[in-house]
Amino acid sequence: MSTGTVRRTDLRYRIGLNLRAVVGRSYPRIIGANREPSWIFFEGLLPLLGIAAYVFIYQSFGARALEAAAGDPAAQAAIKANTNALVASVVLGGTMVAFWLNVLWSMASQLYWEKEIGNLQLYMMAPMNRMALLGGMAVGGMFMTSVRAVSTLVAGIVVFGVVFQVADPLMLLAVFFVALTALYGLGMMFASLYLLWGREAWNLSALMEEPIFFSSGFYFPVGGLFRVPGWGPVVAILGSFVPATFGLDALRQLTLSRTAFGGQLWIFDVKTELYILVFMAVLFLILARYSLRYLELLAKREGKLTSRHQ
Amino acid sequence: MNTFWRTFKVAAWLGWEMDSNWTEPWLFIVYSVVKPVAGAFILVLMYTVFAIIGNRQDPAAFSYMFVGNSFFIFVGSVLFGTFQVIQSDREWYQTIRYVYMAPISYYVYIVGRAVSKIGVAAFAVAITLVFGVYFLGVQVHLTIAAVPLFLAATALGLAVLLAIGICLGGVSFLTARHTHGLAEGIPGIFYVFCGVLFPLSVLPDWGVAVGRAIPLTYWFDLTRRLLSPTLGVETTLSGYSDLAILALLLVSSVAFFGLSLLIFKTGEYFARKAGKIDMTTSY
Repeated sequence: MSTGTVRRTDLRYRIGLNLRAVVGRSYPRIIGANREPSWIFFEGLLPLLGIAAYVFIYQSFGARALEAAAGDPAAQAAIKANTNALVASVVLGGTMVAFWLNVLWSMASQLYWEKEIGNLQLYMMAPMNRMALLGGMAVGGMFMTSVRAVSTLVAGIVVFGVVFQVADPLMLLAVFFVALTALYGLGMMFASLYLLWGREAWNLSALMEEPIFFSSGFYFPVGGLFRVPGWGPVVAILGSFVPATFGLDALRQLTLSRTAFGGQLWIFDVKTELYILVFMAVLFLILARYSLRYLELLAKREGKLTSRHQ
Repeated sequence: MNTFWRTFKVAAWLGWEMDSNWTEPWLFIVYSVVKPVAGAFILVLMYTVFAIIGNRQDPAAFSYMFVGNSFFIFVGSVLFGTFQVIQSDREWYQTIRYVYMAPISYYVYIVGRAVSKIGVAAFAVAITLVFGVYFLGVQVHLTIAAVPLFLAATALGLAVLLAIGICLGGVSFLTARHTHGLAEGIPGIFYVFCGVLFPLSVLPDWGVAVGRAIPLTYWFDLTRRLLSPTLGVETTLSGYSDLAILALLLVSSVAFFGLSLLIFKTGEYFARKAGKIDMTTSY
């Protein structure tokens, strides 16, 4: 074996190469995006308004319920507590919306986008593992999105006066990061599949916005779906294939306490949901690896994966 | 004039083809309906959850919200259909330099491209309303006498929306690939301040003032008055008659048309000066 071949098969070299690929691909999202600061306004601040609308809906319901319960202090206190918990649910959902949109538009659709603008062939020729490339996209995407997520949380606390009660911060962090890993794993898997589906992929991403916001309970506790007779549980079960469903349910339990909403709107306890999320994270990452391999095989066999506008 | 009409017709046809020819017609219809209906169902579940934990039904508030949300489909579609033309031609298809150099009005071309989205949105609005009335008990009672006023209000509301979309298009000449932030954020302003889902009285005083300065607030109010006259929800706009609101919409659509021309031409001028007409920002 030549010195070059030995070097390329050396584990340390390969790890270093892939780590450099992760850094290289996340760089434009972290640094490059900051060279165009308008994105902070467009991607960070403007979307807060949509979330504010959902907050005002609950506040409007709450105001009308308070009017109806005038003269009954116990009922009024319960209405105020429930309204705060629902507003907090929207704020948490709003942070997760940011990550879900990033997964759809900057992970799942990204390889297709790279094909359209002519970068995909460079990626396919480069010596790094394709998972490192997607990992870099995910790291960069998480950073970009965290600006919007944090601004949503801050707006929730400062502007809408949401009160969170975090009893177990370590569990909260664990659930959050495992949920994100599972979400981005799903995005990595979609990235390869979207490439195969071509132009339909863009529409598929668009189709996975409102229907997923609905079935995964981004703006209401998903347990509410189980209380709707007939179609409700079916939609909730379908929605739970998206990791955000269990992630949000667990995060809400951890920040609002299990007794919020009378304890009647949760799916499982936090530990069970964490285990499910860990399983999903592993499963989606493995599936992403297999779909990427299949993609590479197709690229070599058919030679048309880099053809644009198909 | 003839060139304008030809540009409009061809752009409308192109927009329709780009929107719909990626799949079979039946799948396109399903796709066009699923998104708005799912959006409406988010509100249904928000209402349901509040009713479950509070043991209190409020059908008037629900109907108010549902009708407003149904017509909001126009806002998202028309705005997105307008301002995304520049960004998709520039960043995605990279054809803007050819279209821009052609001897046509680029302004008219954008309006034409948006028309197919208005058609699809009208279909989605109708489906959402029919679904709400027959399956969710939404209170809609449009009388025959109110139909002309309703059609006139809808036409003027759409004209204002198109003009706002072109204003955003003018701005997006100069910005990076922010289609999704714009698509979410600008409609978000109207979602919050125009009394779409809740009466303006829920907002703080400054929010009420902002809402009253946006013509779409009056459009939503008039539409709801004509479609659901029996709701009895106080919107803070009861002092205005139907015809006064219509007149206000007419004046607004003319004013926004002028503003859209100004912003579009200004954005175009600075983009040309900075060499940004065909830039790509593909991070």
